Amino acid sequence: MVEMVSRPYASAFEKFAAGNPDILCLSADLTSSCEIDGFRDRHPDQFLSMGMAEQNMMSFAGGLGLAGYRPFIHTFGVFMYRRPYDQLMASIAYPRRKVRLMGFLPGVTTPGGMTHQSIEDISVMRSIPNMTILETGDATEVESICEAADSIDGPVWCRVLRGSVPRLFDTPIKVGEMRELSTGDDILVVTSGICTEEAMRARAALKKAGLSIRHLHLHTIKPFDSKALLDQIGSVKHGVITLENHVTEGGVGSLVAETMADAGVGKRLIRLGLKDTYAHGGSRPYLMRYYGLDALALVRGVEDLMGQTFDITEDDLDAARVDDVHSLVKAEAL
Amino acid sequence: MRNEKTTEEIALGIRRRVYEHSMRNNGGYLSQACSAGEQLAWLYNEALNLGEPTLPMVPKPFEGVPSPNNPEYHTGAGYNGPATPDYDRLFIAPAHYALVAYATLIEVGRMAPEGLDMFNKDGSSVEMIGAEHSPGMEVHNGTLGIGLSTAAGLAYGRKLRGDTGKTWVFMSDGEVQEGQTWEAVQACAFHNIEVKAIMDVNDQQCDGAMDSVMEVGDIRTKFINFGAHCVEVDGHDLTAIRQASEENHEGKPLIILARTNPFHAMSILEERFPRLHYVRFKSEDERARMNVSIAKDLGVDPVDYSH
Ligand SMILES: Cc1ncc(C[n+]2csc(CCOP(=O)(O)OP(=O)(O)O)c2C)c(N)n1
Ligand SMILES: [Mg+2]
Repeated sequence: MVEMVSRPYASAFEKFAAGNPDILCLSADLTSSCEIDGFRDRHPDQFLSMGMAEQNMMSFAGGLGLAGYRPFIHTFGVFMYRRPYDQLMASIAYPRRKVRLMGFLPGVTTPGGMTHQSIEDISVMRSIPNMTILETGDATEVESICEAADSIDGPVWCRVLRGSVPRLFDTPIKVGEMRELSTGDDILVVTSGICTEEAMRARAALKKAGLSIRHLHLHTIKPFDSKALLDQIGSVKHGVITLENHVTEGGVGSLVAETMADAGVGKRLIRLGLKDTYAHGGSRPYLMRYYGLDALALVRGVEDLMGQTFDITEDDLDAARVDDVHSLVKAEAL
Repeated sequence: MRNEKTTEEIALGIRRRVYEHSMRNNGGYLSQACSAGEQLAWLYNEALNLGEPTLPMVPKPFEGVPSPNNPEYHTGAGYNGPATPDYDRLFIAPAHYALVAYATLIEVGRMAPEGLDMFNKDGSSVEMIGAEHSPGMEVHNGTLGIGLSTAAGLAYGRKLRGDTGKTWVFMSDGEVQEGQTWEAVQACAFHNIEVKAIMDVNDQQCDGAMDSVMEVGDIRTKFINFGAHCVEVDGHDLTAIRQASEENHEGKPLIILARTNPFHAMSILEERFPRLHYVRFKSEDERARMNVSIAKDLGVDPVDYSH
């Protein structure tokens, strides 16, 4: 059974930031929803409530950066780039302010529907010069995200998981590296965020079907070590599959496609993720199934790549975790 | 449609439904029923001139998002009747009030009670954060602060076309922290747009009391200075709301500030004040106590939520 960690960000952020006078914690009326309520109560001198006013918060953080602070901004990911995109560009990205953008509820991890689901943030951030992008896929990565982000000389976009988070890895994020979760020589599977756990659920079934899968997990999306990826691609016979909690345009799938095209790699690539569509509201397992982001979608992708079917059904996959909708580790609102 | 119930009865009915739903689901946007019950009941039962619903009483499942491959796509606005020139239109700007809005649709006979059982269920169109395909919704408003602008644009377009129907928007006070709200009022004043808004001023937002999150000061004076006709009333006093809505606001937007109590008619919720934005019962004991107490306040039997 995988170990579940309750609210890893809450304790990790407090441990990292408390007592460091150069770090300020900003919140836009989603303080407990971003697990920084304890920090607010215990370290009020380092906490700034900015209200539900994200545009101002972004440029304000830019100003704090100018004053030598390293603000950690907390809100749902969507509210940090859609409306205040201009402020993000002009006040943070261009001047390379050391602002740490902690975006909660990435992709379909929220039932809040279109307005709450950041499904194209990686695409947007990848195209912003000076931006670094990190994504967490387990509790250990959430626990190490603050340190990793704060090591960057410039702005950092982070996709942060909250609530009850599985522990899949035992080493912290090392910015710029990638995790090799299994070695194999048939297919390379590249995943990030919550999709990594899904790919791991399919591992035993794919092995039983006789497939040798090489699995990479990305926590650093920008900057990206294309040489390391190309080496990995070079060690598989059939091709590459990407699976991401994001639209297939501009995210990890595109990153891999660009890397392959730039190097003239002539292998097949299958990009799984949201296929040029908005999502709607629902539970995470439902949305991952409906939009093809789960273990079964990966199996179908493998079948597509290999041109054959393997008779793998839901029952052959490792059990999915089902969160209690009203479990106490969940934040109050959404 | 004919009014079969009084607005007071509808407000009570809304609270009963939201209470029952929240008890069964161990939580919900319960306090918004306390604060906004009268406002939504009044809009649907008195203020709005709406035609017969054009969508089925029992909501259809989710049928996809707007896309060139989804030609049958439609919004949930049909629950408010047809969008013809003579009828009124309504936007629920804070989409997390959806539970209260759905309860209102049921109370005024525009949606079947089964609709609420589909709330936040996988594959359902009755979404927790009202989506534009959800019953009674015409646009997505889950990102707060955009509702008044949309209503202003629609009102202006309808005025140009000579429509006689009015355009209303229900707002929340958290929205005044977003700059866009003020940009909208400014544009309404400049272009003489007579859009009508009623705002649930419950003095609370996600983190708690608004004064502890970001003070907004005297918003009535601010709205007036930005060019609105702004009236402040007790949001639980229907007579006062009626009077406010009749004020002359020629060439200006009307903004009714409905000052409300976030535990109105459910007094035990005061225990959780000022953290009432989303009420999840903290223990079985709390749930049981609140169940009995709220049932008594609302004049119903406690909910048997064990099955
Ligand atoms: C642009 C935007 N920022 C943040 C949020 C998250 N959010 C949802 S409701 C809410 C509180 C808004 O205050 P109000 O609508 O007055 O809340 P209530 O009275 O229901 O507690 C916040 C911050 C959002 N939906 N949209
Ligand atoms: Mg409010």
